[in-house]
Amino acid sequence: MSAPPARRARSRLPFAAGLLAAAWALTAAMPAAAQEKKQAPLVISVSQPQVRITSSFTGAELVVFGAAETTATAPDVVVTVRGPKQSFVTWRKSRVLGLWVNTDSRTFVDVPAFLSVQANRPPEEMAPPEVLRLEQIGLSRNLLIQRVGTDYADVVPTDPFRLAFLRTQQAEDLYQDNAHGVTFLAPGVFRANIVIPGRAPIGRYDVTATLLRDGHVIARATEHFEVNKSGFEQQVASFSQNDATIYGIAVAIGSLIVGFIGNFLFRKE
Amino acid sequence: MTIYLPIAELPVAIFTVFAMGLAVGFISGMFGVGGGFLMTPLLIFTGVPAAVAVASVSPYMAASSFSGALSYLRKGMVDLSLAAVLIAGGLVGTAAGVALFLWLRMIGQVDLFIRIAYTLLLGAIGIMMLVESVRAIRRTHRGEAAQVRRPGTHAWFMRLPLKMRFRRSRIYVSAIPVAGIGFVIGLLGAVLGVGGGFLLVPALIYMLRVPTTTSVGTSLVLTLVTMAAATILHAEANGTVDAVLAFVLMIGGTMGAQFGARTGQTMRPENLRFLLGLLVLSVGIRVAVDLVRQPADLYALHPIEARQ
Repeated sequence: MSAPPARRARSRLPFAAGLLAAAWALTAAMPAAAQEKKQAPLVISVSQPQVRITSSFTGAELVVFGAAETTATAPDVVVTVRGPKQSFVTWRKSRVLGLWVNTDSRTFVDVPAFLSVQANRPPEEMAPPEVLRLEQIGLSRNLLIQRVGTDYADVVPTDPFRLAFLRTQQAEDLYQDNAHGVTFLAPGVFRANIVIPGRAPIGRYDVTATLLRDGHVIARATEHFEVNKSGFEQQVASFSQNDATIYGIAVAIGSLIVGFIGNFLFRKE
Repeated sequence: MTIYLPIAELPVAIFTVFAMGLAVGFISGMFGVGGGFLMTPLLIFTGVPAAVAVASVSPYMAASSFSGALSYLRKGMVDLSLAAVLIAGGLVGTAAGVALFLWLRMIGQVDLFIRIAYTLLLGAIGIMMLVESVRAIRRTHRGEAAQVRRPGTHAWFMRLPLKMRFRRSRIYVSAIPVAGIGFVIGLLGAVLGVGGGFLLVPALIYMLRVPTTTSVGTSLVLTLVTMAAATILHAEANGTVDAVLAFVLMIGGTMGAQFGARTGQTMRPENLRFLLGLLVLSVGIRVAVDLVRQPADLYALHPIEARQ
């Protein structure tokens, strides 16, 4: 009879995390729902629905086009691209007995492996901080869930682990922050260039365009595209996943053949 | 010109990788070492994830050691019965090493363990080889005869039961220390991601008194078998063997190994040991420097492999 309480205590954890997420979703959805009636129509389009990775792939450049029905002055635009989710560990080194050792770590759970924020001017000038934070506008305001002990939560933007995470991802071009990446072609018509680096993760990329005016969100539109391996790259990857043992044996035999040919070709005779 | 690696999931400059294979292949052919202790850090330096680097170096080492071993086989410089006993111990050691690696991962200090082990191991072996080879070089300079193996100097472990005669190597020793050495090499290979040639060659020469000529070829045979097994194990357990990366490395490596083997055979054994000692010691010092010096960025990011 002592087992059930322990099990219940354990199962409360994911439940609490779920509740947290639900609360988040609810608060995020509320202002959107309130503004549904007066929302201006906005359509966006991505220049290619699929990025194919072939042997010569070194990256790709996509263009997001958008058109909004506006009457007055041009609104502010923020285009956010979120790649597939992945978990990361950020380690901090410190000195122990004269050696630099990983001593402290934070786990970032299911954060975007690619994140690009493009705007027509710095988001800080568009809306008050609470709106930006709620709408996750700007690189530093995107929600990055950390596992803190037994809890799941995002932390203050000045958290050193969070800053280090953003810095490292930006250095790899996997996280991008461009306050002048959105250009207007005509009032209400805009474009943003999205650069996908060579080492970008495989999967679905969600594009969200948000229109703001006078510090309020007036419209939002979403679109997505896929980054996939194709041809030979795809065949090798799926072979290694579906028939791991045969793949391993094939690579081992292949290596012996290469070794043999190498020896045969260079034999002195 | 770049090529996209399907498992590592990033583009790399094809000639850089080829040149790395060529250079490490030359060294491995010359000294009869697998070259893993050089190749794995080089790959990680170019941005390949550590798990993929360690796993893809295995087929590379299998290819270059097979190519090298064939040359030695043709010249009769491989002791096959000695290799068989070493392999028997080596395979058990590999299995034990995988278990040890899992345990280290569980307590969360693989990185530190590997660095300290590298420093101690490479440092100690490098210094031992340097001291010994410098003595040998001085002796030849003074015109003294090379060290003659005296029958009375057999260590206690060579007199254990299960004595075997290894004709090629002209030794008559117990099979227990031979399999034991194979076990240790297999264990260290699985934990540190190295082929173990740089450990095996000196162990054969100094502990078992195997002549330098057969020790290199025999070591290559053990590297070949353990690395072929490691390729299959890595592919099955981790799915991190990148065939494209491995084959580009291999082509460079087998070419380099041929030139290396030829260069190695024209050199005096003690000079060869001196150079290998220098190389091993400098890699050890390099690892130690990283451990002691303050890193440029105190934070490091590691993706958690999401594998179903």
